Amino acid sequence: MRTPFFVIIQIAVGLALYLLFATYGNDYWFYAGYTVLQYIVLATAWNILGGYCGYVNFGSAAFFALGAYSSVFFYNIGQSLDELFSESTAALLSHIFPIPVPILILIGGAVAGLVGLGTGYLTLRLRGVFFAIATLALAVVIETLVVNWQFVGGSRGAYVIPAAEIPVFGPYIQYLFALMIVLVIVALTCARLIERSRLGYGFATIRDDELAAEACGVPTLRLKLIATVLSGALMGMAGAPFPFFIGYVEPGSAFNLSYAVNSIAMPMIGGTTSWVGPLIGAILLGTLQQLATVTISSVVNLLIVGLLLIGFVIVAPNGIVGLWQDWVGKKSKRFGS
Amino acid sequence: MDFDLLVNAIIAGLLLGGFYAAVTAGISISFGMLDIVNIAHPAFILLGSYITYIVNVSLGIDPIIASILVLPAFYALGAVVYQVYYLAFEKRGQEALRGLAFFFGVLFVTEVILLLLFGVDYRSVNAPYIGPSVSLGAMEFPLRLLVPFLVSAVMFVALQIFLSRTFIGRAVMAVSQDPMALRLMAVDPTRIKRIAFGISIATASLAGAFLIIIQPVIPSVGRDYIGRIFAICVLGGLGSLPGTVIAALLLGVIESFTATFYGPSWAPAVSFGILLLTLAVRPSGLLGR
Repeated sequence: MRTPFFVIIQIAVGLALYLLFATYGNDYWFYAGYTVLQYIVLATAWNILGGYCGYVNFGSAAFFALGAYSSVFFYNIGQSLDELFSESTAALLSHIFPIPVPILILIGGAVAGLVGLGTGYLTLRLRGVFFAIATLALAVVIETLVVNWQFVGGSRGAYVIPAAEIPVFGPYIQYLFALMIVLVIVALTCARLIERSRLGYGFATIRDDELAAEACGVPTLRLKLIATVLSGALMGMAGAPFPFFIGYVEPGSAFNLSYAVNSIAMPMIGGTTSWVGPLIGAILLGTLQQLATVTISSVVNLLIVGLLLIGFVIVAPNGIVGLWQDWVGKKSKRFGS
Repeated sequence: MDFDLLVNAIIAGLLLGGFYAAVTAGISISFGMLDIVNIAHPAFILLGSYITYIVNVSLGIDPIIASILVLPAFYALGAVVYQVYYLAFEKRGQEALRGLAFFFGVLFVTEVILLLLFGVDYRSVNAPYIGPSVSLGAMEFPLRLLVPFLVSAVMFVALQIFLSRTFIGRAVMAVSQDPMALRLMAVDPTRIKRIAFGISIATASLAGAFLIIIQPVIPSVGRDYIGRIFAICVLGGLGSLPGTVIAALLLGVIESFTATFYGPSWAPAVSFGILLLTLAVRPSGLLGR
């Protein structure tokens, strides 16, 4: 399948989904759908570094929250232009503010990408484990920074009040839903393009044997940095519309550990070798969690995700996609003894 | 700067450092010596805290004695976890990605189970040494910090003697460097690793008791320690117990200074700063080879 054709199919599916929800569903469908779409972006983003390169990122929540809080930051600036700037500057800036959400998404992506670059540059030259540990600690530190930063609400949290209606789309949630569909298309296309390019083969050599790759002249550090920035930026982009979706952001919700767990569990359960895996994993787990949250409890559904993650990494290392391939028998999968 | 404040900040930091050393001991063994990146270690520590809490509240046994009583159970738990890890990941050569995800899952599941069982209320234990403190001139020694500090020191001496003087201890130090050589000495590397991992989880029982003596505990508190223990472990030089102690004391003092002079809400950022700095400047740590 050529890439333009792939994009057209995605747009068609996205449009069909949107129209289906708009005609037959209600606002809840859009809210639930938004969450699942957000997880597809997070899982796909995680998989670019985790699945293709073999480097584990435990800090998905941090990158996600970076996107969310960069939106809060610019929203708050827009709210208090008169206090922050002189009259003439405020008048000038009032043409720009409030910044539309698509631009905020790009900003959030840039911020998260930069943080990924910094963390990666310091830790990716060492053994892979150190990067994983650094990302684990990164979440705690960025949360500490946010808690101490009063302008974005500190530990109290911040209110972000979106317009109730928006032209063309109607209710604001439908607008966010449409934006998320666009993000999913961007993420999946990105992942699929990488998979079939020189870049993707480079990533695969790092995953399979970094030392050998280095010896063959693969610029491993540069490739790893590219993967980290791409993956981090996509996570930040997924987080940027979050404040508008939820209306009230506090560190506990933006840095929620469930983002980190889900963005690892979804590709692991779906399968990490191709873009299909995270998509399947995110749709399955995301929908399951939406159902479990309303029917059982939100704590129990986290337990289910954790147990599924442990179960799958032990029993089915290649996820659902791997199980499917084994079953069909198209490809004989062998592992080094 | 107030001199008394400075002295007491140093003392509090050193005492805290002794506790941090106990928390890190298990990671120094599993990550430093065995190459098993057990990021679920804080979860086991928290499990130790809650078991200590149950025993203390229901039977009235001193928390430290209670944690020593359950040491064998923690050792067995560690051995079982290692066996699963070995069969599912090490044997297949997949520890890098899936092994990490496995431990992350264990960390998360343990936290959620504790959350379901105990809720989000703060839990604490009772012991005669929680509350009073000994003063020596201007210096204050809070007993709730001093007692864990001393027990932790004893534990480290015992571990160091075990590792450097006994045959199994030496085998533990050797196993990640050259498992083949161990085989030639008629030692089963898997068995050695199982024993060592059991010991590393057993230390979590004591560390858990210290934790709940020092501060009231909720299920999510374990996460705050992930950054700390890995920062200490890396700064100390992987797998070096003396290095771990020095790094832990250092981190304790720096954190205590940060908390005293800048405010306690900044303390968690310290460990990450140290971790990044160490990785960037001297990845082999203070006493690393």
